[in-house]
Amino acid sequence: MVTPRTAPPDDATLRAAAATVPDPELPVLTLAELGVLRELRIDRPTDQDDTSSHPPDAPPAARVRVRVDITPTYTGCPALETMATDLETALRQAGATEVTVRTVLSPAWSTDDITVEGRHKLSAAGIAPPRPTGHAEGGPVGLTLTIRCPRCGSTDTTLLSRFSSTACKALRRCDTCREPFDHVKEL
Amino acid sequence: MLGDDALILSHRLAEWTGHAPALEEDVALANISLDLLGQARTLFSLVGNEDELAFLREERAFHNIQLVEQPNGDFAHTIARQLYFSVAQEIRWTAVAGSPDCPTPIRELAAKAVKETAYHRDHAWEWTLRLGDGTDESRTRMRRGIEVMWRHTGELFVPIPGLPLDEPALRAQWLTALETVLAAATLTLPEGPDADAWTAGGGRQGVHTESFGFLLAEMQHLHRSHPGATW
Repeated sequence: MVTPRTAPPDDATLRAAAATVPDPELPVLTLAELGVLRELRIDRPTDQDDTSSHPPDAPPAARVRVRVDITPTYTGCPALETMATDLETALRQAGATEVTVRTVLSPAWSTDDITVEGRHKLSAAGIAPPRPTGHAEGGPVGLTLTIRCPRCGSTDTTLLSRFSSTACKALRRCDTCREPFDHVKEL
Repeated sequence: MLGDDALILSHRLAEWTGHAPALEEDVALANISLDLLGQARTLFSLVGNEDELAFLREERAFHNIQLVEQPNGDFAHTIARQLYFSVAQEIRWTAVAGSPDCPTPIRELAAKAVKETAYHRDHAWEWTLRLGDGTDESRTRMRRGIEVMWRHTGELFVPIPGLPLDEPALRAQWLTALETVLAAATLTLPEGPDADAWTAGGGRQGVHTESFGFLLAEMQHLHRSHPGATW
């Protein structure tokens, strides 16, 4: 449903709406903090533009088209469709009349795309954030830096499995407090 | 062809869900399966409708190599299949990502997939070491796995239309990598040929082994029984 508005939303409102959409699998983070929100293009077609795609119930002056590019963390990420739906809902609520969400693969997502704020939030939620990859060629980086237990802060932790609850996480255990925890593995 | 490889191996790995030797392994194989499914979906969407390609094609229209359709067997069989495939896939994706002669969408996928495949290779690699250099029983089973799967590896480096790569060079890289890991696991590459008249092949031409029909039946029956169903 498009809520009729007297004034169309400005760009900042739309950008803010997209930036606050949480990730479906890591809801402590927004898609922007996770680095999967790539680009947002706002376009305000005038009456001279084509009218075929514009909803008949929206007044022409209020037409706001938004195109969002997102990139998957992993190619098989099952959350992509939910992300697209959530973004569309958020943008429509903010006043956009047309929303297109595109999935782009290039440049490939890296855990280096997670923002500093995002890393703090992961840690606070009990998930160890990824270490910097240094853009190593050809795969996982060597296990040189230690990974801290997000609960007690100990650096004495062991890898239990490279694969965990979602494609982007590994399972570790803290050898000090004995709690298992997830770690967003470097990609 | 590469999409079919990814889809079929994804299905085989998913069969382990709920049956793997440990919970972590259950999760690991399902994760690898999901990565492969993502690759298959990306490749299918470049040429047509994903659902139609996966669920409405007959056996002869699938061009996956016969290696990926081989039944899971015991865990060592699965690891042997995974070792041969993931080492090859990492080498192939690396080559595609760096080749300006390959189509852009496939290069973009390759650049992304190679990072995931490195984890798959690592997983197979570590299990090969653990089983090969483990107990007498695990070593026997691992050796049997690499021998049984070997004759299905001849198709791994058959040239793929549209992807002009130096296949013999890729195969040489693959052999070197395998020799390294197998030596560390106190095993050796099987001695028999992997690609001549006496070995298996024909997957790329749509010829499949007996178990493939059963795999397709299981994978496709729901979609075919309820055409157009959604939830």
